[in-house]
Amino acid sequence: MKAEIEVLQPGLFSTIQDSGRFGYLKYGVPMSGPMDSYSFQLANLILNNPPGSAVMEITQMGPVLKFLNAGYLVITGANLSPQINKIEIRNAIPYAVGPGDVLSFGTRKTGCRSYLAMAGGFNTEKVLGSQSWYEDITDFYRLQKGMILEINESIVKPAGTASIKIDAHYYIDSTIPVFAGPEFNYLTEKQVLEILSRGFKIDKNNNRMAIQLVEIMPNEIKPIITGPVVAGTVQLTPSGKLIILMRDCQTTGGYPRILQLSESGINRLAQKVQGDLVEFKIQSFP
Amino acid sequence: MESSLTNYPTVQPMGERSILIEFEPGISEKCLEKVIFYKSLLEKNYPKEKVEVINTYSSLLIFYSTHIEDIYDEVLAVRTLISKANITKKTHCQLFRIPVCYDPEFGVDLGFISNEKKLSFQEIITLHSTPVYTVYFIGFLPGFLYLGGLDKSLHISRRKTPRLSVRKGAVGIGEKQTGIYPKSSPGGWQIIGSSPLNFFDKNMDPPSKFLAGDKVKFYPVSRDEHELILEEVREGKFKLKGESYEG
Repeated sequence: MKAEIEVLQPGLFSTIQDSGRFGYLKYGVPMSGPMDSYSFQLANLILNNPPGSAVMEITQMGPVLKFLNAGYLVITGANLSPQINKIEIRNAIPYAVGPGDVLSFGTRKTGCRSYLAMAGGFNTEKVLGSQSWYEDITDFYRLQKGMILEINESIVKPAGTASIKIDAHYYIDSTIPVFAGPEFNYLTEKQVLEILSRGFKIDKNNNRMAIQLVEIMPNEIKPIITGPVVAGTVQLTPSGKLIILMRDCQTTGGYPRILQLSESGINRLAQKVQGDLVEFKIQSFP
Repeated sequence: MESSLTNYPTVQPMGERSILIEFEPGISEKCLEKVIFYKSLLEKNYPKEKVEVINTYSSLLIFYSTHIEDIYDEVLAVRTLISKANITKKTHCQLFRIPVCYDPEFGVDLGFISNEKKLSFQEIITLHSTPVYTVYFIGFLPGFLYLGGLDKSLHISRRKTPRLSVRKGAVGIGEKQTGIYPKSSPGGWQIIGSSPLNFFDKNMDPPSKFLAGDKVKFYPVSRDEHELILEEVREGKFKLKGESYEG
C-alpha cells in the first residue's frame, strides 16, 4: 500500500532531493541534489533505503507534516528541534509513525539544513532522470501547504545507527577544506595569505545556487573567458565579493575560480547560516 | 606565441568529482573545433553513465558521477589519452534553420543598435540572418544557446542595466555572440527579434535538440508567419529537424 504525507505548513524552504540530475549539464541543466550529501546519505543508510532515495531537505525552519499512513522516518543534518506529536525526538534515530501523527520542528539548535528520510523514499515525479526539485524543471520547486507527498512502499526494516559511525562535529566546525582553483595562481601572495588566514562570514545572500561571503577581498584579477564551474567553486568578483557556488549552480561562469571546495567542504558549508564564520583550509589531493 | 611553445592543454583536478582541461584561452571557431574534437574523444572513451563532458569556449570539464577514486591516476590517463590523439576534421554535426521575426515589436533594441551602428533595420536583419552560426555551448539557462559567428558590424555591448524580464524566444546580441532566451528571464542582451520555437522541453529526453558544435542559421519571418509557427509549435505540429552538415 502506498503511504502519504500531508503538508500542513510548508515552513521556510523545503525541497525534495535525490542524488541529483546527472548527464544534462550539457543542456544547461543544473545538477541539483542535496546541499549536504553526507547527511543525505546517512539518512538513507539508517533507514536501509536504496542509496540515492529521495528525501526532504528542510532549511532552517521546518514544515508541519501529517502522516496519513504508518511508516519509519529519520532526520539527519541540522538540529531543528524535530517533534512527533509535540514530543521532541532525536536526530539520526529511526522512529515509527502511524496515521495521524504530526511531525513539526521548533527552534534551530545547530546547522542549517535537515534531511527527512522516509523508509522507502519519497515518490515524486522524476524529470530528466531525477526527482530533485528545481524551478522550471520539476512541477514544484518548494514545499507548499496542502501538498500530498507519496512514499514508496518499503519492505526492509530500518538499519538503525548501531553499526554506523556518525560524524556529528562536521556541521559545527568552521573549517572548510578547499583545493586551489583553476585561477588560484592569479592571486597575489597577499591575497592568498589573507584568504587562508582570516575568517569569513556567511552573507544574507545564500541559497541552493550560491552562498556569498560578507567580507570584501581587494581584487584586480580581470574576469576570465567563461569557463566550466561546479558546486564548490569559489568565484572572486571584480568588486571583491567571494561567491561559493552550490548544488543548483549554473554550469558556466566568467569570474576567476580561485578555490574549489572538497565534497566535505560543500557539505559543511551547506550547514552554515547567515553570520556564521568559515575558515578555508587548503589541502592537496591525497 | 606559437601554441606548441605553451603548456596547453593543461589537465588538472577541479574538486573531487571533475577534471578540467584547458586549451589556450580564446573565443574562435578554430578553438571550439579543437575543444569539440577532444570532447568526442573523451565521450568515446568513457561510458556516459560514469562521466559527462561539458565544454565552454576553450575548456572541457569531465564531470564524474561519483568521487574520483585515484585522482592522480585519472589525470594521468586523461593526459595520455589527449596527447596521443591526432586532431582530425570534425566529423559530423547538424544544421538547424530557425525562424526569427525581426518586427520592432519583438526587436525592442533594433532602434538602439541602428543608432549606435548607423545601420538600417533591414541591414541589421540581413547581417544577422546571413551567417551560419556555431553553437559554442549551452548554459546560463537550460537550453540557452551561445552562438558564435556574429558579423563584426553587429558586435555590441550588453545593456547597462539588464531587463528584469526578457520574453521567451527573444533573440539577442551580447558582445560578439547571439543567442535565444529559451524562457522568459532577466537578461542584459540587446534584443532584435523573436523565434516562435521551443528551445528546451523538460518532457523530452534529451530536452534540447542542440549540442555544442552544431550549426544554426536564422531566416526572417513576418509577424503572421511567426504567429502561425507559434500555433503549430503549440499543437506539436512543427518539427524542428537538423540537417547533416559538413564543416
